[in-house]
Amino acid sequence: MELTLLMYLIPSLIMFGCGIYGFLTRKNMIAMLISLELMLNAVDINFALFNRFLYPGKLEGMMFSLFAIAIAAAETAVAIAIIINVYRIAKNVDINQINKLKF
Amino acid sequence: MESLGNIIMYVIIALSIIVFSVMAVTTKKILRAATYLLFVLLATAGIYFQLDYQFLGTTQIAVYAGGVVVLFVFAILLTHKPGHNAEPITSHKKAQGILAAVACVVLCGVALFSFGRFCFKTLGGGTDVPMGKLGMSMLSTGSDGYLLPFEALSVLLLACIIAGVVIARRR
Repeated sequence: MELTLLMYLIPSLIMFGCGIYGFLTRKNMIAMLISLELMLNAVDINFALFNRFLYPGKLEGMMFSLFAIAIAAAETAVAIAIIINVYRIAKNVDINQINKLKF
Repeated sequence: MESLGNIIMYVIIALSIIVFSVMAVTTKKILRAATYLLFVLLATAGIYFQLDYQFLGTTQIAVYAGGVVVLFVFAILLTHKPGHNAEPITSHKKAQGILAAVACVVLCGVALFSFGRFCFKTLGGGTDVPMGKLGMSMLSTGSDGYLLPFEALSVLLLACIIAGVVIARRR
């Protein structure tokens, strides 16, 4: 039995599907952010996989994953700052309750 | 022929990715969702280690499992009351969500199987990336150099740190 590219792509695809489901159904901002992280992570896996299986010896996909990880971390930091600020103003982080931009 | 240990590691990683990512988006407690996210991210680092990308796996553990998940836990504890009587996080419009997710998965699956002659490629010989080569390519301006994105990323990180402080500051 050999480990093929497809066998690695399937968990990544399922992870992306879970991310879409969570992002569409969750109403809590932090839970939505967690789903977003799942989607970003699935994409990172795909970059590294295609690089390693189809073009071994090159670095493009791996570098793209590295930069994507760094940008995802920065994006999470800003998003959590925004969520904490929203919580301080509106006292919850449920997107159904937050319907005013300025208080 | 793959070694047996490699296959066992693959099965563990794939199962934990599938199970924990489903649980992360369906659980009722948000702190548990963050914990399941941590497991998914660690399993992803396992995939990177299996592909001989040691630096990428280490970055994944350090940045995601070490930084982002801790940030999530702090944000959850700042905005929710943990414990047994914590109010559960609810999901709305589950049918539409499942429909969209299944549609996306089917679309990607059809694309994979129709264009995917490459799908059954196996892992070639060990082409581990030496740290020296990685560092040189990150800081070179040649044809396979990444100096410009590297510098742009450092400016972006600085901007994000300042933005985070400014937004979350108490006025």
